[in-house]
Amino acid sequence: MSVTTEGMKAKELLAYYQAKADQDARDAKARGDLVCWSASVAPPEFCVTMGIAMVYPETHAAGIGAKKGALDMLEVADRKGYSIDCCSYGRVNMGYMELLKEQAITGKTPEVLANSPAAKVPLPDLVITCNNICNTLLKWYENLAVELDIPCIVIDVPFNHTMPIPEYAKSYIADQFRNAISQLEVICGRPFDYKKFQEVREQTQRSVYQWNRIAKMSHYKPSPLNCFDLFNYMALIVACRSLDYAEITFKKFADELEENLKAGVYAFKGAEKTRVTWEGIAVWPYLGHTFKSLKALGTIMTGSAYPGLWDLSYDAHDESLHSMAEAYTRIYINTCLENKVNVLLNIVNNGQCDGIVYHLNRSCKLMSFLNVETAEIIKEKTGLPYVQFDGDQTDPRNFAPAQFDTRVQALAEMMEANMAE
Amino acid sequence: MYTMGIDVGSASSKVVILEDGKRIVAAEVVQVGTGSSGPQRALEMAYKTSGLTREDMAAVVATGYGRFAFEDADKQISEISCHAKGIFYLVPTARTIIDIGGQDAKAIRLDSKGGVKQFFMNDKCAAGTGRFLDVMARVLETTVDKLAECDEKAEEAVPISSTCTVFAESEVISQLSKGVDRNSIIKGVHQSVASKACGLAFRGGLEDDVVMTGGVARNAGVVRAVARELKRNVIVAPQPQTTGALGAALFAYEEAKKMKKEGLE
Repeated sequence: MSVTTEGMKAKELLAYYQAKADQDARDAKARGDLVCWSASVAPPEFCVTMGIAMVYPETHAAGIGAKKGALDMLEVADRKGYSIDCCSYGRVNMGYMELLKEQAITGKTPEVLANSPAAKVPLPDLVITCNNICNTLLKWYENLAVELDIPCIVIDVPFNHTMPIPEYAKSYIADQFRNAISQLEVICGRPFDYKKFQEVREQTQRSVYQWNRIAKMSHYKPSPLNCFDLFNYMALIVACRSLDYAEITFKKFADELEENLKAGVYAFKGAEKTRVTWEGIAVWPYLGHTFKSLKALGTIMTGSAYPGLWDLSYDAHDESLHSMAEAYTRIYINTCLENKVNVLLNIVNNGQCDGIVYHLNRSCKLMSFLNVETAEIIKEKTGLPYVQFDGDQTDPRNFAPAQFDTRVQALAEMMEANMAE
Repeated sequence: MYTMGIDVGSASSKVVILEDGKRIVAAEVVQVGTGSSGPQRALEMAYKTSGLTREDMAAVVATGYGRFAFEDADKQISEISCHAKGIFYLVPTARTIIDIGGQDAKAIRLDSKGGVKQFFMNDKCAAGTGRFLDVMARVLETTVDKLAECDEKAEEAVPISSTCTVFAESEVISQLSKGVDRNSIIKGVHQSVASKACGLAFRGGLEDDVVMTGGVARNAGVVRAVARELKRNVIVAPQPQTTGALGAALFAYEEAKKMKKEGLE
């Protein structure tokens, strides 16, 4: 792609770099270079250092969901025997992988794949996974590796039952990182480039810095940012945080938001009536519906912990890698209930929220099971009303729009009643 | 001043017309809901009973599952707020509401002013709702309105443990084929409905008075089962099917007063 990015708005940069990341992977495959499929919060720093092209199945599945193409992939996974109780990101990805595999073996593109709105990404030569956001990612990636007969790098990150994170945990995770480096040296057949590694870590930190600049814009009241936008932009913090693609796009978006704030241009043209925190993953197949339903009520999302998973700030010059280890283990869903509550409380307070919407996500047990308890504790601490709704990140069969609408409307009525008092 | 509330549910349509936010001049129910002729028929019945027309209504508020499909309303308000409003008007001592309708079961906690403190609803599953009872009545070869009578004659409640309506139906068939007393199965079915609704009520924390509303509250068997499950008295709202529509009519009255005030200013 020899398009100039000069003068592009953040939204255009987002689309451009998302497409470019997929193109990079296809080009790498065509050249015979390695392509790696990675879990979303697994560290990309090692693979990027080795010049491996990265593809992110979770982001890819979310995109398929948002483009209403999930059911076709889910049906392929269903036929392979994956239970509907398994994560729908995983099932969409296993379905997609099966179709790519069939295409590679037969030389013919299966009709379902040809008609799919899915972004085209190549099959991987290796996979890397990390259990810092869930343990399904272990079995999912093991299955990918077995089905495709390719190497699987696992970075084991223990759950933090207490906080702060103990030194021995950081030390263990840093060893996991070093082990991944050794595996990559074998897979790539060349030594790890530590100088490049330094640059990649610095780049990652610049991306994260700009990402955090955006997230902070929802603290203003009225807010120039509706956090639904973070759901869109997060594709790059997941897939391109170790490249300048993310940094360039986020800087532009943060600059635009700052300018809007100065000019008094806010996310809602009419007045925002109420502000909520959204806890949980987006309902990708119904992203537009959930956004519009809240907007119709004058309810803006000014807090969301999900995009905050990628606040992976660490000391890029710490050669012990303990700081980097700490960043990859302190993800709030990898910590005890007490810490999870504190993280969410900060988001609710910083976003000046009037209520909270909890997504009880059939796909993400780890994020959802704790939500019942989390909701009660936060209600006790803040007195703010909340609602919980049943949904799913990418299986459209597990979400009912009317049920969602009733719950959020009742929440808006409760928030407005509180404000009238 | 007349105001109207219409509750377009999944299984029934309800209309209440109020005079000056106090006197109920019409309260009508048609046992089919959104997407059917129900809403229109309920409206026509209410106009006929009251001798009024749409032009006489200072404001109309729609609630229920089909509230957005009903185009002739000035405002749509969720059924949670409407049930709370209607019940608090009828029973000012109410602090916990259990509402079981056609496809929803809800528990609503009220504050001392009638405001909604908290609410919990069933997930996307018809178990424990009116639809569940419809299915069970059919397989038990009776009708929904006779279930309470059968329940009263039962000596025991046969546990129905399946959550899924379809599996629970199979469970009931299996009990019937074993020759288990039909009335005891019905009592067990009621217990199953009560246990699901009470699970929601316990989550919000119970406070007296507990009031039951919604179509299923007309079934005394379920009300008794709820009282047993909660270990406390349960008040059944007068005309339980129309409390949502009543709440909507009360909101419409507030809306009309607001519009009048704004108009005068």
